[in-house]
Amino acid sequence: MSLAASILAGDRLALTRLLSYIENGTAEGRAALSELFPYTGRAHLIGVTGPPGAGKSSLVNHLARHYRIPPDGTPPRRVAIIAVDPTSPFSGGAILGDRLRMRDLAGDAGVFIRSMASRGSLGGLATATAGVAQVFDAAGFETILIETVGAGQAEVDIARLAHTTLVVETPGAGDDIQAIKAGILEIADILVLNKADQPGADSVERALRTMLELAHPTPHIFQDHPPVETAAMPASPQPMWLPPILRTIATRGTGIAELASAIAQHAAYLRQSGEWQRRERYRLEAELNTALREILMARWQASIPQARYREIVESVAARRLSPGEAVEKLLNSFGGAHAPPADPALD
Amino acid sequence: MSERKIRVLIAKPGLDGHDRGAKVVARALRDAGMEVIYTGLRQTPEMIAEAALQEDVDAVGLSILSGAHMALVPRVLELLKANGQAHVKVFVGGIIPDEDVLQLKSLGVFGVYGPGALSETYINDIRQAVAG
Repeated sequence: MSLAASILAGDRLALTRLLSYIENGTAEGRAALSELFPYTGRAHLIGVTGPPGAGKSSLVNHLARHYRIPPDGTPPRRVAIIAVDPTSPFSGGAILGDRLRMRDLAGDAGVFIRSMASRGSLGGLATATAGVAQVFDAAGFETILIETVGAGQAEVDIARLAHTTLVVETPGAGDDIQAIKAGILEIADILVLNKADQPGADSVERALRTMLELAHPTPHIFQDHPPVETAAMPASPQPMWLPPILRTIATRGTGIAELASAIAQHAAYLRQSGEWQRRERYRLEAELNTALREILMARWQASIPQARYREIVESVAARRLSPGEAVEKLLNSFGGAHAPPADPALD
Repeated sequence: MSERKIRVLIAKPGLDGHDRGAKVVARALRDAGMEVIYTGLRQTPEMIAEAALQEDVDAVGLSILSGAHMALVPRVLELLKANGQAHVKVFVGGIIPDEDVLQLKSLGVFGVYGPGALSETYINDIRQAVAG
């Protein structure tokens, strides 16, 4: 039986092994992922982001418990958790400590927790996180909770991957100018004010609310990327989604049921408005582009003489060549036939 | 496209609450470029074996200062095997009497490290155990 077939049959050893192959970028992993691709697209991907120490792991822990033992008597959902922690830029090592807050989930076969190191990726996720989520999706996990590294203002990759993004804030996190800056707050589908029993909760909620009222609801189409053909999508007759603010005390589980119900409402909104397909489509296109970029780079690098490459790097280091000129030189001597004509503005 | 990283689970089975040693080891392994999954205090052997499976680790380090190592370590080894993870290498840290060290090694533990163990020693041992 192939690795992919074993995973579809529920083999957890095959599952965990494939996740490693995907993290390590092996050919075997890519092949299995392609085999599993037709089985993906069913799971609800929920991103949880926010500054370090905001309580993301504890919230994930309680949400997972909620989905495992739904208080409203609905059938339990299988939950996968992907917890990303930062890789040390110096040693390349990492301490992945998110399981520490997820002890309650041990012993439940319906929960699978996988820790990932960011491995140099700067957007709050690891490069392989999307692939890992796809494997869980194909393996039949209905809810996938993705916890980012402790994120500040710019780690917005999660909104490209998740259907629903929770941004967790805590009391005492800065004034209202912090709240109107671009970035992490903008990507929130749901704002969670955790540690709501601590002083300053009211003023943070006020600042967040002001930010939301000032903001014109924006469709989540990333502008740092060639625009997606939105014209082909049916115009949504639905009103825009306005991110609610929910108060929680994650260590005690307070506010979790309300949060889960807001998440369910958001999922329903996405499906009714056509936004779900729009996000999926955008995500798959972004994934295709990332994969393409990586493979092209790797192929190109394998095709050039390393000595020549090192030589040019040395010239850049010695400031004899600018990085821009170095790129031209490399592309012109190797694989330059496909290079676009030089930008006239540079002449 | 990224290189293969050594993944290590550091766990503290049993009931003692002294996790300083476990944290020092976790930090040293991180600085040696490994990915360390740290699970914290009071883990049962079942929780440890399950975490080792979900995280697909290459090695498991057990920190035990309660004196219960002769009960806990064999149980973890047994569960790893039962889960199809006999390939996972196991090492132990703590204060372990010499005769127990021999017995643990005969059960398949590749290294036992007491107070004052040098980080280079166990880092090299882990690399060797995982490679071989």
